[in-house]
Amino acid sequence: MTGTILGARDIDRALTRIAHEILERNGGAATIVLLGIPTRGLPLAERLAAKIATVEQDFDAHARCGALDITMYRDDLYRQPTRPIGPTTLPPQGIDDAVVILVDDVFHTGRTIRAALDAIKDLGRPQSVQLAVLVDRGHRELPIRADFVGKNIPTSRAERVEVHLSQVDGEDAVILAGGER
Amino acid sequence: MKHLLGTQDLSRDEAVLILDTASQMAATQEREIRKLPTLRGKTVVNLFFEDSTRTRISFEAAAKRLSADVINFSAKGSSVSKGESLKDTALTLQAMGADAVVIRHWASGAAYQLAHGGWLHGSVLNAGDGTHEHPTQALLDAFTMRKHLADSDGGGTDGKGLDGLRVAIVGDVLHSRVARSNMHLLTTLGASVALVAPPTLLPVGMDDWPVEVFHGLDAALDAQPVDAVMMLRVQRERMTGGGASFFPSPAEYTRMFGLDIQRMARLPDHGIVMHPGPMNRGLEISAEAADSARSVIVEQVANGVAVRMAALYLLLAGREGAS
Repeated sequence: MTGTILGARDIDRALTRIAHEILERNGGAATIVLLGIPTRGLPLAERLAAKIATVEQDFDAHARCGALDITMYRDDLYRQPTRPIGPTTLPPQGIDDAVVILVDDVFHTGRTIRAALDAIKDLGRPQSVQLAVLVDRGHRELPIRADFVGKNIPTSRAERVEVHLSQVDGEDAVILAGGER
Repeated sequence: MKHLLGTQDLSRDEAVLILDTASQMAATQEREIRKLPTLRGKTVVNLFFEDSTRTRISFEAAAKRLSADVINFSAKGSSVSKGESLKDTALTLQAMGADAVVIRHWASGAAYQLAHGGWLHGSVLNAGDGTHEHPTQALLDAFTMRKHLADSDGGGTDGKGLDGLRVAIVGDVLHSRVARSNMHLLTTLGASVALVAPPTLLPVGMDDWPVEVFHGLDAALDAQPVDAVMMLRVQRERMTGGGASFFPSPAEYTRMFGLDIQRMARLPDHGIVMHPGPMNRGLEISAEAADSARSVIVEQVANGVAVRMAALYLLLAGREGAS
C-alpha cells in the first residue's frame, strides 16, 4: 500500500486527539512543556500547543513550546555526511521539574529519541518525559515506545514514510513511498 | 571539508556554514552543562611550534567541550628541540591515532605541508603559519562582526554574509597572518577592506589584493564610514633597533595609527572596535578605546571557542570521505 495515507484533515484530527490525550494523562497542562525535534517535529509541537491552548485557558502556547536539535547527540554521525546543526530553544522557565512532551513526525528505529533523551539530560531534569509522534512505522532497534501516536502504519524497511507539513512543505500529508525493490 | 588551512580558498557557502554552525555552538555554551558528546573517542593534537597560550587554550577548550581527547605538543622541551623534522613529528602523531592536528608554526606553508605531505590520515587545522594565514581568527572576527553588524533587520544572522560593510585593518600588515586571513574572508563575505599601515609595514606584491590602502588612520576614516576597526598588535622588536625598526618612534606610530577616544568618536553609532590580542595599551589602542562600550575584544575571545568548535565539528563529525 503506497500513496497518501493521511490527508490534512486526518492529520488535524490525530493532533486534536493527541492534545486531549496529553491533557487527560497529565491531569491538565500546568507543568507541560512541548519540545519538537527539527525539522518537522517543531511545527507539530506548535500545533499541539495551540490545540492545548484552546482547551486550557491559561496555557500560553508560545511560551511552553521549544525546539530540541539532537544532531550532536546522534550515534551515527560517523556513518553519514556531516549534518548541519539546527537550533535548540527552550521555554523561558526551562525544563526542570516540567513534564516534557517530545514531539517528532515519524517514529522508526528509536535512535532519534535515544539521542533526544541524552540531549534533555544535558538541559535539565524534567519530572518526566513523554513521547508524541504523528506516525509510528515500527522497526524499533531500541527498547523505546511512544506515549501518544497519531497513526500506526505497518511498513517494510524498504519503504519510506514522508510527512509533509504546510509550514515546511506547503501542504499537510503523510505519504508512503518506495517499497518496490 | 577535510582541512582548514586558510580563508583564501574558502567559498562563501563554506564560510557561512562555519559561521552558522558557530552560532549554534555559541548557544550551547550558555547552558549550564556546556559539554557535548559529539566528538567522543576522537583525538585532537595541538601541535605548537610557536608559543601561543590564547589560541592553544581556545582550541583546547573547543575540543574538550565536544568531548574529544586533547594532546598538547609544544616544540619547547620536546623532540623538536632535538632536531626532529616536521615529517617525523607527523608520523609519530599518526601512529598515536590523531584524528585532527591543530598546527601553529613559524614557517608559512607548514600547515599545507602537513596536510598534503601524505604523512597524516587526519584533518589539519591551521592555527597560524608564519606570515601566511590564521583562518580561525578571521572566522571568529567575521562571526563577531556578523553578530553586531549584520542583524539590522532583526531576523537573525543565519545564512548571512557581511555584505556592504566597511572594515579597516590597522597596523603591521606586513607580518600579520591575521590581516591576510581577514582580508580574504571579508572580501569573500562581501565586505570592503581598508588596510591602514605605514609603507614600511605593507608587503610588496599586494597590487592584486582587493583592498584600499591608507597611510594614516585619519585618512581611512575620512574616506568613508568604517563599520568595524580592527587594530593589529605592534611587536616590540619592530619598534626599536635603530636602522632595523619599521617606524621612527612608538609615539609617532600612536599619533598616526593609534585608536584613541577622538578617532573612535568618528565611527558611526553602530561601529565596533576589535583587536586579536594581546593588546599594547597606549600604543596601537588607548585604554579608553579598549575598555569602551564599542569594544568587542573580550567577546572575540568567547566567540573564538564557538568558531573552533564549529570547525572541529565540520571537519571531524561525518563519514570519512563524504563531503
